[in-house]
Amino acid sequence: MNNEEVVWQVINNQFCSYKIKTNTGNLCRNEYNLTGLCNRQSCPLANNKYATVREHEGQLFLYIKTPERAHTPANMWEKIQLPKNYAEALKMVDKELIYWPRFVKNKCKQRVTRIMQYLVRMRKLKLKSKSNLVVVKKKQERREKSREKRAEAVARLDNEIEKELLERLKSKAYGDQPLNVNEDVWREVLEGDQLEAESDVTTEEESLAEEDEEWNNLNDEDEDEELTREFVSDISDDESSSDIEEFGNIPLASDASSDEEDSDDAGADKKGKRKASSAPVKKPKQKKQKKRGAHVEIEYENEPAQMSEFNPSW
Amino acid sequence: MPKDKVPDVDVSTIKNKQKRSDIYRKQQAAKAKEKHDRRREQKKIEAQDPSKKEERLKNNVVRTQENTREYDETLVTEENVDEEDQVNDDEFAEYFDGKAPKVVITSSPISNKKTHDFIKELSSVIPNSDVFKRGKKSEMNRVIQYCMHHDYTDLLVVAEDRKEPTHLIHVHLPNGPTAYYRLTSIIQSKTIEGHAKATSHKPELILNRFDTKLGHTIGRMFAALFPHVPQFEGRQVVTFHNQRDFIFFRRHRYMFKSGKKANLQEIGPRFTLKLRWLQKGLYDPNNGEYEWISK
Repeated sequence: MNNEEVVWQVINNQFCSYKIKTNTGNLCRNEYNLTGLCNRQSCPLANNKYATVREHEGQLFLYIKTPERAHTPANMWEKIQLPKNYAEALKMVDKELIYWPRFVKNKCKQRVTRIMQYLVRMRKLKLKSKSNLVVVKKKQERREKSREKRAEAVARLDNEIEKELLERLKSKAYGDQPLNVNEDVWREVLEGDQLEAESDVTTEEESLAEEDEEWNNLNDEDEDEELTREFVSDISDDESSSDIEEFGNIPLASDASSDEEDSDDAGADKKGKRKASSAPVKKPKQKKQKKRGAHVEIEYENEPAQMSEFNPSW
Repeated sequence: MPKDKVPDVDVSTIKNKQKRSDIYRKQQAAKAKEKHDRRREQKKIEAQDPSKKEERLKNNVVRTQENTREYDETLVTEENVDEEDQVNDDEFAEYFDGKAPKVVITSSPISNKKTHDFIKELSSVIPNSDVFKRGKKSEMNRVIQYCMHHDYTDLLVVAEDRKEPTHLIHVHLPNGPTAYYRLTSIIQSKTIEGHAKATSHKPELILNRFDTKLGHTIGRMFAALFPHVPQFEGRQVVTFHNQRDFIFFRRHRYMFKSGKKANLQEIGPRFTLKLRWLQKGLYDPNNGEYEWISK
């Protein structure tokens, strides 16, 4: 068309708002420019027959401008979506721009390549996790520092740890033959436990009275056997027979090795054994509440040797 | 003026500085002496009658944060511990059924000596743990994927700032949760005076005061780092003690002196954690669902 030359003359010699003059050459800011340079060949304004490739929201489009539509600016550009596949997109450009000047065709293909590359790079960057900077709140840090100090002082860590360990030792959390306890200490713990258990029985007589009656009924049959080996403490004079049984059972646990007969009896006597096994299970829970019970006076008439053994260690 | 007599005047009214400070010092000394005498008297009386001491201690209860705390309805007490256990059919249930933990310890992509030292100590504390050097390009997601692929149960990441470890990320695999701690007061084993040497025995675990529901979760999370059955012959005990939301870590060797006394020797290291947030699922700072965030 004739006006092509006129437009270019104006752009080149007078003024173009898209033109940027630099030391190395003139550049073009028009979005439809194929190369980004300001020259006769790649000026989208001064060419009536023109094509370019643009990207919109990750989609590639081939834009074609022909002289036939030059009189209707609204429909001037024909917009053709290119496939996402790179090879297919190139093929499509070839097909659409068949018989076009080689310059336009090549540049369009180059643009397809370039845009594809940056889209891939964009997606990669999106997936990559970014480290973000976080503000260190100085005042909060200072506050927490002093709070931590106070909390540590209040915690009394060593005491707490020791307490917990001793509780575990006493509650038999380490098993029947603990590997982490000295033999003497373990014997002491067992003896202390025995003492405590007995004191528990004496202090809880009333609460257990009802249960005792039930046990009485159950154990009536076994009374004959039990009566043959009872240990009597003078505190529990007026208590029911089942309590006596419990007293009788407790020495079984610790003195089993010394009294083989007794242990054999306990094994044979099923009901008696059930009782004996149920008693130690209850112990740890009761112990927590009744610790003061450890010092209740109990006098043994027939076990002087044991008393002398553990007295010094208290 | 006799030497022992202290004038009972308001020192701020005295204009001569020397005099003022002189009298002030005397007043302070007299006050201290009075206190000392009073206590001595008290001690004497209480030695004769122990019930008085008991009474005094009973009346003289100090108000602390612990005993003036408002009741927290999420508190896990002995009464509701059973139903909690039912609720706790959680991510750690597998561990408590006997699955052995397998832990990865690593740092942030850029890390320095202090962090490396800390990681080394941490790996000596946690049995069955592997230390990995973190590549600069290995992102958290990739690390987590790797760990899951190799059947690890926990991931610990020590993050650092200004060449010092400052944060700890604890991811329980494969389904979370993820906890983010502030990490402070790190003291290396070798700097602790009279420290014991660690052995390779599996340690016991003490979790103190993890009482609330959140605390329960965190406690279980810590427990899941260590083998379920300890080797008691090692006499090593690892403690996580929670006090006023600070979690103090200690490791000791103990020896029972008697039924009422246990001696402790510290093995180290020491450090303090403070929970910043707890996330459901794996580590995801952008889209993750936060179960709890520190205010």
